[in-house]
Amino acid sequence: MLTKKLTSHTKSSEGLFPLVTALAAALLLALVGGIFWVVLRGAWPAMSTFGLGFLISTAWDPVQNLYGAAPVMLGTLVTALLALMIAGPLGVATAVYVNELAPSYLRRPISFAVELLAAVPSVVYGLWGLFVLAPWIRTGPGAFLEQNFGFLPIFRGPSLGVGVLTAGLLLAIMILPTITALTREVMRGIPLDLREAIFALGATRWEMIVRVVLPNSKTGIMGALLLGLGRAIGEAMAVTMVIGNANRLPISLLAPAQTAASLIVNEFPEAFDLQLSSLLLLGLWLFIITSLVNMAAIWLAYRPAPVPTEQGGHAHGK
Amino acid sequence: MASSPRRKIYGLLAEIVCGIFSATSAFVLGLILYFIARRGLGAISLTFLTSLPTPVGQAGGGIGNALIGSAIMIGIGALLAVPWGITAAIFLDQHPHSRLASLTRFACRVLSGVPSLIIGLFVFTLLVLPTRTYSALAGGIALGVMMTPLITLSSETMLATVSSNWREASYALGATKQQTVRMLILPTAAGGLTVGVMLAIALAAGQTAPVLLTALTSRFWLENLAQPAASLPVLIYTYGISPFPDWQSQAWGAALVLVTIVLVLNIVSQALVSFGNRKKGM
Repeated sequence: MLTKKLTSHTKSSEGLFPLVTALAAALLLALVGGIFWVVLRGAWPAMSTFGLGFLISTAWDPVQNLYGAAPVMLGTLVTALLALMIAGPLGVATAVYVNELAPSYLRRPISFAVELLAAVPSVVYGLWGLFVLAPWIRTGPGAFLEQNFGFLPIFRGPSLGVGVLTAGLLLAIMILPTITALTREVMRGIPLDLREAIFALGATRWEMIVRVVLPNSKTGIMGALLLGLGRAIGEAMAVTMVIGNANRLPISLLAPAQTAASLIVNEFPEAFDLQLSSLLLLGLWLFIITSLVNMAAIWLAYRPAPVPTEQGGHAHGK
Repeated sequence: MASSPRRKIYGLLAEIVCGIFSATSAFVLGLILYFIARRGLGAISLTFLTSLPTPVGQAGGGIGNALIGSAIMIGIGALLAVPWGITAAIFLDQHPHSRLASLTRFACRVLSGVPSLIIGLFVFTLLVLPTRTYSALAGGIALGVMMTPLITLSSETMLATVSSNWREASYALGATKQQTVRMLILPTAAGGLTVGVMLAIALAAGQTAPVLLTALTSRFWLENLAQPAASLPVLIYTYGISPFPDWQSQAWGAALVLVTIVLVLNIVSQALVSFGNRKKGM
């Protein structure tokens, strides 16, 4: 603490510097509260009119001024979980391949490509989904499911191309880079000693992955999956472009539906009064849900690691 | 454990499945870039990049006003986010263990996970509703709000790379904290700070929902900041969902332009990072 003593006499010449920097940090804190407060105030009329019934009502009727969020909440849940179910295994497997199995000359290019794909704007994914993925789903997997399993309510046709399945698949593609990159980051941190120890016991490479790599990156992978889920829940543009925007309960995977975010994007520019307030209430719920999911992810991802990570990460990274 | 050959075969099979999964990921992601390049290239020309949109049915027309609108809104966003974010990062760097610092850090992480749509709702209710007009200014502020937590977090990491030996040397020479920040820490970390800002700009450039809710769109040149403004992502959205083949093909052209800008920003910042690492001998 020698430096503190030496600089203490110059405190008077610091001027506004400490105050300004603290203010900038405090303003960021205020921003989170401000966003919550402003959206809450806008959502208040809808909240006091519909109460908690907002979440279970299926009405969305601007003519009679009745609004309920059940279809879009379910739509959000179904598409996000579908995306996670597809992107989770693919993302973790890709991370295992890149970090553990791929020849070393492939590792950097693949992880670089993954980072770039995480940077592609969502509206571009939406455009691709609308003109490439949706037509393919309509004639390919969609038509197949409709013909062979159409008697099940969840595959009831007609297969239109736009709908829950397409939205889920597109979301899966969009969160795949997030999940892969974060999972790989965690796996890189596992010390070389642990890997060498189990090899010394005679394990094969796959046994090393199953018994050392996966157990040691469990919490990190959970964090990565939750961040992916949060992104899928809040995604607006890409989903809006491929889900078909029909405000009804998402029963068939092949039918058009709606998510909370896509409903907001679709109706916001023309909404006023109670409809606007209801959309803001949807936004408030999205804010709360994604914040909770992200806090859980942060808690998992930034927890002190159970094993020292420094040297192992660098040694293995070569 | 089972006999060795069986374990080896089992392991090999599992590795092959893993390989197939990642090949699938790589294939799908490659497919997207392929389609953007193929469909986009046909639509791009100099007039496409520099002219106004034409009415439906009239051939030609371009994205000139959308490019300028995007650039201006990103500029406004950066004017707000860069000073704010870096100043907040200086606080986090100077008082890393204070209560305010850990709360701010947490707020930044939460904010960077909040859907950008919500930031659009926030700025809409705060600015568009009272002024009764969508505006380029509101769009820029929405982008700035989105960029600030990102710049704060990346800047803090970069400031932390300035070693405590150097800082103490500066204090030993009698420099104040402010002088140390201004003349040692910021210049030393400048390269890293630039990378963080570039990545935040790349992210802002692709944002659609916050801009749609605050600046809407326009078919004319931007004349003042209190008017609605066109932007590249919103144009891709509105043209993409339109029923006109001519507009749809222009959406692909605009998508190629946007992806190129975003990817170039990312690649350049990656190159800066590895160049910086090599210079430091890492």
